[in-house]
Amino acid sequence: MMQNKDIKRLSLILLFSPFALWILLLIILPHIGMVLLSFREKVAPRVYEYSFANYLDFINEPIYWNTLLRTGSMSLLVTALALLIGFPIAYYIAKIAGPRARGGLFLLCLIPLWVSDLIRSFGWILLLRETGVISNFLLWTGLIGEPVEFLYNDIAVIIGLVYTVILFMIVPLVSTLDGMDNSMIEAGYNLGGNGFTVLRRIIIPYAMPGIVAGCIVTFMLTAGSYLTPVLLGGKNSSWFTEQIYNQFITRFNWEGGAAFGMLLLLFTSVVIWLGLKLSGQTLANTVAKS
Amino acid sequence: MHLKTTLTGLLAATMLAGAGSAQAETLRLLTWGSYAPDELVQKFEEEYPDIDVEVTFSNNEEMIAKLRATGGAGFDLAQPSHDRIYAAQLEYDIYKPMDLSKIDTSVMEAKLLEGVKANTTIEGEVYAVPHQWGTSGLMADKTKAPDLSSWADLCDPAYKGKTSMRLKRTILLGTAFSMGEDPFAAYSDLEKYQGILDKVADKLIECKDNIKAYWKGGDDLSAMMLSGEIVASETWDSTAYKLYDQNQNIVFVPPKEGALAWIDTFALPRKGKADDAAYKWINFVLRPENVTIMSGSTGAIAAVKGGTDLLPEDKKAAVNAAFTAADIDNLKFFANIPPGVEDMEGKTLEKIKAATGG
Repeated sequence: MMQNKDIKRLSLILLFSPFALWILLLIILPHIGMVLLSFREKVAPRVYEYSFANYLDFINEPIYWNTLLRTGSMSLLVTALALLIGFPIAYYIAKIAGPRARGGLFLLCLIPLWVSDLIRSFGWILLLRETGVISNFLLWTGLIGEPVEFLYNDIAVIIGLVYTVILFMIVPLVSTLDGMDNSMIEAGYNLGGNGFTVLRRIIIPYAMPGIVAGCIVTFMLTAGSYLTPVLLGGKNSSWFTEQIYNQFITRFNWEGGAAFGMLLLLFTSVVIWLGLKLSGQTLANTVAKS
Repeated sequence: MHLKTTLTGLLAATMLAGAGSAQAETLRLLTWGSYAPDELVQKFEEEYPDIDVEVTFSNNEEMIAKLRATGGAGFDLAQPSHDRIYAAQLEYDIYKPMDLSKIDTSVMEAKLLEGVKANTTIEGEVYAVPHQWGTSGLMADKTKAPDLSSWADLCDPAYKGKTSMRLKRTILLGTAFSMGEDPFAAYSDLEKYQGILDKVADKLIECKDNIKAYWKGGDDLSAMMLSGEIVASETWDSTAYKLYDQNQNIVFVPPKEGALAWIDTFALPRKGKADDAAYKWINFVLRPENVTIMSGSTGAIAAVKGGTDLLPEDKKAAVNAAFTAADIDNLKFFANIPPGVEDMEGKTLEKIKAATGG
């Protein structure tokens, strides 16, 4: 009896320890280091003092908080677009497609992830550039008279980001919609609801855990992405992660970069908290439930 | 009990791994893309069978960031540019002094060697020797932009939407020279330098409308230039030489204010573990037959006596098409970056990137 309990405890420790180590060594400790670093200020070569200077810098320089707000609002837009495009796809895969087609469709959604971020961005560059595929095709059809540049602007960034993150919206949506009993939809129609009412009053409330989980993941991924905005963005499109990179690498200002990193974390957390509050959801009955 | 055995096991495994790698010495190079061509690495390993070469490609800023993160550990030989040694050493203590007696300095171009030594001597110790040098300047398709001659011409409305530049310190310096300022002279008076930077920022923000996009690396610059999407750009000379190979209309143009010259160096990271192997590599790549292979890969000129003659034929043709003797005399070598300047320049670059006007 005693032994049995010991084995249970041991297996719990063994199962839990990789996760605990990962969280502790790769997430918590580095972040503590970043927080400490962000409160240091360089006063002379190799001489540092504790201060709030890096955070004050952020507040006093409109360039920085404008970039952060821009990054935040564009990330929200990308999340909304991903939901708008992803929901019908997920619904089709989970509810309409036959069991055999379902696997194939899911695979089709997954395939882009087998290619690295960088290659996917270069793919978009080939398509969108002035001498690229789309511009040449439109020239050939005679719709445009001279080459058009589709690359190097905010729309290109948004297209690239939606493409990168949409899968993380589709997967949780499919898994929640999959668990929904078809008879619930039938009942909705039987009781006199039209397509829109059924969607609004039955499907969406049921899919809420998936929607919330998908939105949180896509928003975090977008706000924290670096390659896509840098490669596809134009001369005016700054992304906040680029500012962090600049602080660390170009300006050798690790203290400022650490402060920016913490601010980005804080900002995205607040946005998600606000989103949950405004939509009347909690983590416990959405993400944790699914 | 369990934890203890696991720990012992881990320790034993680590020690075994450590013992394994001690057999053959490893030379860990931290250098630029194309600065360690496979052909040379293989040749080196054949000559010194007990040394393994491990190469990490990087750039100036990332080299310093990597070494700073570890206090100078993890690599045995680094190759930052000559202006990135002095301040980085003062601030972060990431290099160790070189023993010049172990390097065959007699083959090096005396002027470059003296220049690098003067730039990198701290308290009587020399921290770097030169390897390759080259310039940053302009590149133009001479059929479409025949008159391009100054840094400021990138902002000429005649080429609206058809020029590019990299948003880094080179273009700040070039633009400052084109406005009649001498940024290097102002390094000693940072307030004055800030004044110059502010003027440069205004000029470059106004110029933004003229630029198609800021290039980020040699590849996207090459693609824009070869496809004809842009007709002129700020560039590294080596990128222009590579394009000259593919399209003889694309030439490197040393700006009339003087092309900006850099020297990439050899420097020893402070906690490097294979100094002897590093010295062997330095002497190896300075040999004339290896210089040609190296220059063929990098497109830069070796800092050895007669470095230009040792270029492969196609690169020699490109250099001759670009430079006259007067252009060479007019070169402006990057001056040592004093502490603090990177931060000022970084802030200016951010300001330009964020500006939407112009």
